[in-house]
Amino acid sequence: MPQIFHQSANVLARFLIVSLVILIFTVSAVAVAYYRSSYSTKVGVTIDQPVPFSHQHHVQVLGVDCRFCHNSVETSKTASLPATEICMKCHSQLWTNANLLAPVRESFENNEPIHWNRVHKLPDFVFFNHSIHVSKGIGCSTCHGRVDRMPLMAKAESLHMQWCLQCHRNPEIFVRPKDQVFEMTYPLEPNPEQAGQQLVETNQIQTRGLTDCQTCHR
Amino acid sequence: MSSSLALTGLVGCGSQPENLLPYVHQPEEIVPGKPLYYATTLPFAGFAQGVLAECHMGRPTKIEGNPLHPASTQRVEEFEAPQRWGATTVHSQSAVLDLYDPDRSKSIQHRGRVGTWEPFLDWVQTKIDAYDGNGGKGFRILTRTFTSPSLTSKFQELLNRYPQAKWILYDPIGDDSIRQGAQLAFGERVDTIHHFDRAEVVVALDSDFLTTGPASVHDAHAFMTRRREGVESGAMNRLYSIETSSTPTGVVADHRLPLKPSQFETFVWALAQRVGVNIEPVDESGLDQEFLDRLVNDLKDHRGSSLFIAGSWTSARTHALVHAMNQVLGNVGKTVVYTEPVVPFEEDPSQSLAELVQEMNDGEVETLLVFDGNPNYDTPADLKFAEAYEKVPERIHYGLYHNETALRSHWHIPAAHPLESWGDARAYDGTASLSQPTIAPLYGGRTPQEVLAAFLKRPAHTPLQLVQDYWRTRLGEESDFTIQWNRALRDGVIPDTRSPSKEVSLRSLDLEPPKPNKDDSLEVVFRPDPSVWDGSLCNNGWLQELPKPITRLTWDNSAILGPDTASKQGLEMGDEVTLALHERTINAPVFILPGHPEGSVTLHLGYGRTRSGANGDGVGFNAYQLRTSTAPWTDAGLTLTPTGKHKDLATTQHHHRMEGREPLHLLTLAEYRDQKDEASEEEKLAAMYDPYEYPDEAWGMNIDLTKCIGCNACVVACQSENSIPVVGKEQVLAGREMHWIRIDSYFEEESPTPNAQFQPVTCMHCENAPCEVVCPVGATQHSHDGLNEMIYNRCIGTRYCSNNCPYKVRRFNFLQFSDADTESLKLQRNPDVTVRSRGVMEKCTYCIQRISEARIDARKENRPIRDGEIVTACQAACPTETIVFGDLNKKGSAVSRKAVQKENYQLLRELDTRPRTSYLARITNPKEGDAV
Repeated sequence: MPQIFHQSANVLARFLIVSLVILIFTVSAVAVAYYRSSYSTKVGVTIDQPVPFSHQHHVQVLGVDCRFCHNSVETSKTASLPATEICMKCHSQLWTNANLLAPVRESFENNEPIHWNRVHKLPDFVFFNHSIHVSKGIGCSTCHGRVDRMPLMAKAESLHMQWCLQCHRNPEIFVRPKDQVFEMTYPLEPNPEQAGQQLVETNQIQTRGLTDCQTCHR
Repeated sequence: MSSSLALTGLVGCGSQPENLLPYVHQPEEIVPGKPLYYATTLPFAGFAQGVLAECHMGRPTKIEGNPLHPASTQRVEEFEAPQRWGATTVHSQSAVLDLYDPDRSKSIQHRGRVGTWEPFLDWVQTKIDAYDGNGGKGFRILTRTFTSPSLTSKFQELLNRYPQAKWILYDPIGDDSIRQGAQLAFGERVDTIHHFDRAEVVVALDSDFLTTGPASVHDAHAFMTRRREGVESGAMNRLYSIETSSTPTGVVADHRLPLKPSQFETFVWALAQRVGVNIEPVDESGLDQEFLDRLVNDLKDHRGSSLFIAGSWTSARTHALVHAMNQVLGNVGKTVVYTEPVVPFEEDPSQSLAELVQEMNDGEVETLLVFDGNPNYDTPADLKFAEAYEKVPERIHYGLYHNETALRSHWHIPAAHPLESWGDARAYDGTASLSQPTIAPLYGGRTPQEVLAAFLKRPAHTPLQLVQDYWRTRLGEESDFTIQWNRALRDGVIPDTRSPSKEVSLRSLDLEPPKPNKDDSLEVVFRPDPSVWDGSLCNNGWLQELPKPITRLTWDNSAILGPDTASKQGLEMGDEVTLALHERTINAPVFILPGHPEGSVTLHLGYGRTRSGANGDGVGFNAYQLRTSTAPWTDAGLTLTPTGKHKDLATTQHHHRMEGREPLHLLTLAEYRDQKDEASEEEKLAAMYDPYEYPDEAWGMNIDLTKCIGCNACVVACQSENSIPVVGKEQVLAGREMHWIRIDSYFEEESPTPNAQFQPVTCMHCENAPCEVVCPVGATQHSHDGLNEMIYNRCIGTRYCSNNCPYKVRRFNFLQFSDADTESLKLQRNPDVTVRSRGVMEKCTYCIQRISEARIDARKENRPIRDGEIVTACQAACPTETIVFGDLNKKGSAVSRKAVQKENYQLLRELDTRPRTSYLARITNPKEGDAV
């Protein structure tokens, strides 16, 4: 039986096999890189808002506590955004004619909510509860970053499951003393091991079940 | 593989900007993310059902019972945590879907055109001017049963102002014979309150008191609480049910006797005569003497502690005899108490429906206001109401839907749903309660008070004021009104409004003895449909898809008959027949139901609608077309002619025999006493591996089959809580219904008149779950506290898990079942539960969202979760506390107490799946020495 392919076809075949492998790896690598990039996760990307609200100014300069505006963070699953009247508590006295605040005044006058643009969007199928995290000593800045240094709000973390699991598997790494939860200046570096374990005990964190699927997904 | 998955991810997760809208002025009570519960009232068939409406950010999503309301229940099961909710009926549960029904009437219509309120008021003003001159001549108002005190007072005002106007009450599922029966027995109107907690022998005469009627939740709870306590104390009550159809009450009965209507009448007469009512003996041939003897003996042993109750559809004579029997056996004042009537108006309506139709035909009716009803559809066929309606010059329809009657009316005014309205109503015992709006009217509906008030003067008052006007002087001191009003709103009941008890004395009975059905013709029994009731709930998808008790039929009604009657006619399940009665005919598919009385056919009303909405139109047949005004509930002379056609009936259970496998354990009280402890006797099944440790909570459920009444409240509660989609008839036929909890019914094997048994089945949360090991993607996992978790985002839809589940409780989204397009329906969904899409498996989660909430609350306070803190949706709705949920590891928890009871067993234990849900065997109490 005569050969169907010329001998040089072997080279071509080898080349194609190698290329295919390279292609698969490249595509995978690009996909993973894309998935983790801030282009996809929007980490560090500021989002335009109807009012250019500066957390930096309010938190760092004025020293307003997180809970002044996000007032259900200790009781409910959502931290909640402030109602317009909370803005107006101060801004009916301060900067009453500032152009930047026109949308706030309009909202208050017309009883129309301000349409803020969402910055932190959890993936579908995830049910997150702020109150339990805050009450067990997970600081605001652990997830939201140094909000006190953000003139405009941007995501600080990817909110990927892998990122969540770091802490759910080893809560001792990031847990804080309960009185430091709303403290922006608390160091973001991982705790020393012993201190972390101590905090897990002090804060009475139940570690069993933290990685059950239905702890977050349901 | 990974790259392709990642790439699909890229396409799927396009970042669309999303808005967040905080309040401008945040209401004081609202904490975003936390539901609020408002006590309110849902009238059903006119009577109040007290409920708590769960609202998320201003939208009601779920109904729970109000434990302070007499038509709901106070829980008796001992828990550590106080119980917040009472039980509900299936119809209260489903009311929240009616609220968001996209097919509700959305605008006022005038002669087929969209209109507005103002021109309607202008038109009404011309009427008021005319009626003030002529006393309301030619003005007629047709209503259904209502108990609202504020509406009643407005009605009185209207009738006083226009003395020539007339009020007609017509309810297709009315209680006329209860009223007439009381007249016959006592010569006056009186209501009966039943104390099932004091009764040792209960005789239900064609009564479905456990699942039907305004007091059903309360009565079922009282009956079952006493029954269960009696199992241990030895004083278990005994229920006899003599019935002309198959009902859940018959299923629960210790002795059930199915009879066709004519025999039933004779039976009641013979029974009354034998227990000592002063009436002539009747020819007892053909009656089950053994049954009668046993019953009479039992009754004579329990003087003063027996209870007779008759269904609202039995004859006035039966009701009179029931009153007489309760009197003769000394039950009055003990198990039976009489009160002033709840339904308002000292006198009966000024006119009957037949007289109204006559007047309409004679041209004497000038204006007819159809006040919340659908007479063109649901009036008896012999009256030909629809034809007469056309002769009325001015026809106004007020109601939730633009229905068959609205279509032929000049004006149509959309009603506000009770969850959107201020209002009030009375419960079965007279207790008044308020309705408060949980959401602003979605479609600009009007409350009944508003519409009626419009006919008195141009309304300046808001719906709230109209209700307050009535109560202002009636809540104690007027200066305290705001405090009292707010208290009544918060509690959901108005104190001290129960009907006062009434002393009545039995007259000598002058009754006509029943006539036997001489020519032995086929008889017919009309009944409200257990799901869609009189037809007004026809467009509710939850109710349409709800398997009816015993038959498990969905999306249809049928001509239900016994096996012998069917085989005589050579009929098979689903064969279409022409039913002829008094020269009127309809076509209906046949449903062959073991245990149904032979020689009669049950027809459920409420189907065959032509203008109910997308879900209800063209479903089933309209049994009203055979019904006559003289014999609304039973009739004789029916003929069946097969048409040769066949109709597929969408039942959710196709096999009702246990085949010796005993999924449902059944014990008599005597057997239960002699029974050894099953749990300790059974040897442990061998295991390959060491058992997994559950050091924290071990969630488990217990279902007490003695208590289950098969009312389906759990099924709808689950559907409402967990956003379970409706799939439609074709999909149910393909076996694709989505309910997470089902109630199986089994028939006794060896009996000529087999009775059914109920068994609720949900996911068992097996410790050795067969579903978990076969999932190729790990989409079903086990949690540290023993929950069999379903993770939707991992599921790729292989359905291996479902195939490997011996309990068949997993449900697959074969198509995009959940409605992603209808905006109003999205408002109903529970924000704490994922809405599942096509290609995903789902099943009972033990209400993981409620577990999670309680766990978070407990951990925030650094305390263990209390027993009873987590109440699953099915458990909360159950009128009889059949379902108990809790921590099996916790000493003394309700569920762990039950798990060690000797009649506790696990379904298909031999498979060693180690289910966390276990059952208490069904215990019955037949009279000793008798085989049933």
